[in-house]
Amino acid sequence: MIKKLIATLLIGAGLGLAGGAAQAEEGGIHWDTFPVDKMEDMASLQNGAKLFVNYCLNCHGANYMRYSNLRQLGLSDEQIKGNLLFTTEKIGDVMKVSLEPRQAKEFFGAAPPDLTVITRSRSELGKGTGADYVYTYLRTFYRDPTKATGWNNLAFPSVAMPHALWELQGQRAAVFAEEEDPHEHGKKTEVFKGFEQLTPGKLNDHQYDEAVGDLVAYLQWMGEPAQGQRFRLGVIVLLFLSVFTLCAWRLNAAYWKDVK
Amino acid sequence: MAEFKEAPAGAGAGEKLLTWVDNRFPVTKFYKDHLSEYYAPKNFNWWYIFGSLALVVLVIQIVTGIFLVMNYKPDAGLAFGSVELSIMRDVPSGWLIRYMHSTGASAFFIVVYLHMFRGLIYGSYRKPRELVWVFGCAIFLCLMAEAFMGYLLPWGQMSYWGAQVIVNLFSAIPFVGPDLALLIRGDYVVGDATLNRFFSFHVIAVPLVLLGLVVAHIFALHEVGSNNPDGVEIKAKKDALGRPLDGIPFHPYYSVHDLYGVGLFLMVFCSIVFFAPEMGGYFLEANNFIPADPLKTPLHIAPVWYFTPFYSMLRATTSDMMPFLWAFLVVVDRLVVSRAKAPGWMKIGYKGVLAFLFFGFGVAGVLMGWAGMNVPDALAPILSGADAKFWGVVVMGGAVIILFFLPWLDASPVKSIRYRPSWHLWMYVVFVIFFAILGYLGVKPPSATGGLISQIGTIFYFGFFLLMPWWSAKGEPRPVPDRVTYHAH
Repeated sequence: MIKKLIATLLIGAGLGLAGGAAQAEEGGIHWDTFPVDKMEDMASLQNGAKLFVNYCLNCHGANYMRYSNLRQLGLSDEQIKGNLLFTTEKIGDVMKVSLEPRQAKEFFGAAPPDLTVITRSRSELGKGTGADYVYTYLRTFYRDPTKATGWNNLAFPSVAMPHALWELQGQRAAVFAEEEDPHEHGKKTEVFKGFEQLTPGKLNDHQYDEAVGDLVAYLQWMGEPAQGQRFRLGVIVLLFLSVFTLCAWRLNAAYWKDVK
Repeated sequence: MAEFKEAPAGAGAGEKLLTWVDNRFPVTKFYKDHLSEYYAPKNFNWWYIFGSLALVVLVIQIVTGIFLVMNYKPDAGLAFGSVELSIMRDVPSGWLIRYMHSTGASAFFIVVYLHMFRGLIYGSYRKPRELVWVFGCAIFLCLMAEAFMGYLLPWGQMSYWGAQVIVNLFSAIPFVGPDLALLIRGDYVVGDATLNRFFSFHVIAVPLVLLGLVVAHIFALHEVGSNNPDGVEIKAKKDALGRPLDGIPFHPYYSVHDLYGVGLFLMVFCSIVFFAPEMGGYFLEANNFIPADPLKTPLHIAPVWYFTPFYSMLRATTSDMMPFLWAFLVVVDRLVVSRAKAPGWMKIGYKGVLAFLFFGFGVAGVLMGWAGMNVPDALAPILSGADAKFWGVVVMGGAVIILFFLPWLDASPVKSIRYRPSWHLWMYVVFVIFFAILGYLGVKPPSATGGLISQIGTIFYFGFFLLMPWWSAKGEPRPVPDRVTYHAH
């Protein structure tokens, strides 16, 4: 009787999950997958930190992150001070932004958000992780003269931020074609067809994707510097618990074998 | 007063000390009463692990909570940073403590929901265990308050707006509502004052009550003895020494049992803590990694998963729902109240309540609306009733409060689902499925179909309980054995 009940509940739960998965694929562009193996690559993370300090930290802060945390990326204090410390003198300081929030609001219409945990805040069930989002976002800027900044974005339409990495990627335009809505007869929708390179950047397409991958890897790491330690400790803890549970299981069996 | 005992001659220092203490404080008596000579039925199945697990999670929450408070700052300007900078980055292993606490919150509800469900299917709430159940329900209520107030503390967007929405619900209460909401917030919007009082409640006031209730829950249980999957009273059959024939000392048999269960539980718990602390956005919501911004309302505000079944019931209570809700209460009158063995004044009183609710619910106003008529302004106060939002709050609160009355609603001649008519099982299956669906819909943005399903689910939820005196008495129960069914391991 109870087995039947559990089976029914499991089937019910399965249906619920299937329904959820089917519903999730709606709205917004599809997010590209962030190459997660970069998280294991110190050189990528260090390069990401450099890109972050050079291109992001001018307008965005990372107020919950200290420069000294960068030691965990295998950087020495001298390297941090020499290459990454622009806004402060002390290595123990948090990554404050040089721009005044009030100024920023005047420039862009909205204060740029703090980036410490930005990737963690952008994950969406069914669409992808926050890293997927930022990876897509930083690679889908295009020129749009109708916007105040002259830039627009596919992942975040009408975003207030201009393309900060444009000198790396170069300027691109987006090509849209009008197509009939497959769901509604007679209604036209704009469908994105591809990018058109207007001016070349310092990097080619592949190099740019790599650079953005490094930057996002850094952002993802900064969102939780302990994540590597978390995985490693987790494996040890689970190994211990397996042995513990095995012993407890046999101990339990030893006591209960006499209970008739 | 108990007689003064002497340690036997030649006793070791340990035994002497124990005798000395026992003469002044009942250590040995306590150990015997609650562990080594507390007889629990030997036929417990795995459903019975969740009580012990709830205690384990309680300890995890208290210990991790103590360490979190050492580094957390209950200040609207500092709270988010004290979590993200101090606890997550500066404090050694602070991230671990925090993840244990955040995972523990969800784990608490998982084990408590399963623990309650076990009580439900085996009739563990029935005579003589009514108070065990009532204390348990009070614990559940405390747990909800604890979780709700704790959720504000990280001061993220979801913390802030979740609290804003829930506290605003109180303002829907007629007459006292707005003042009550103001009293809870300590300000006109959720702010520093709210954070401070929620912090105080979360770390001391509610845990104190919670601990007291846990002690009462366990004492009440040990007074009457545990129920079991067969619903057979093991105290009815005793041996010459007065020990239940189907009983087994809690220690060591169930302590090793629980040790094994705790090992398995911790494996699941630690898998989440170490490999998926966000649990796909269900345990730590993505939006809560954005600092609270009173000027920016998120598009979609949803409570954490463990509140969503009740939140769905709140959302389901729209003005269109009110005539159905009223009709449902009429059905309760026909099937339950008018047939109950209750004094006449109570039955008449219920009819009076129905008449009052006809206007309170605004049934006439809604029906006129359906017929395409406008409610004249002069009659609106009478015909339109109170705001549906208020009734939503009543429904949401009632969904929890009704649990307290379960021992007196169940009219089945047998306790356990094992010996009830087999269609009773389907009542429980449908109940759980609806509860899960309500939970699922509660995390989703509102939709027309979802709204309809949650309205049906809400009626079923209340029907399950309020109509229980009627349906649980129906059908032919199977014969209950004298002794528990037990198969040796």
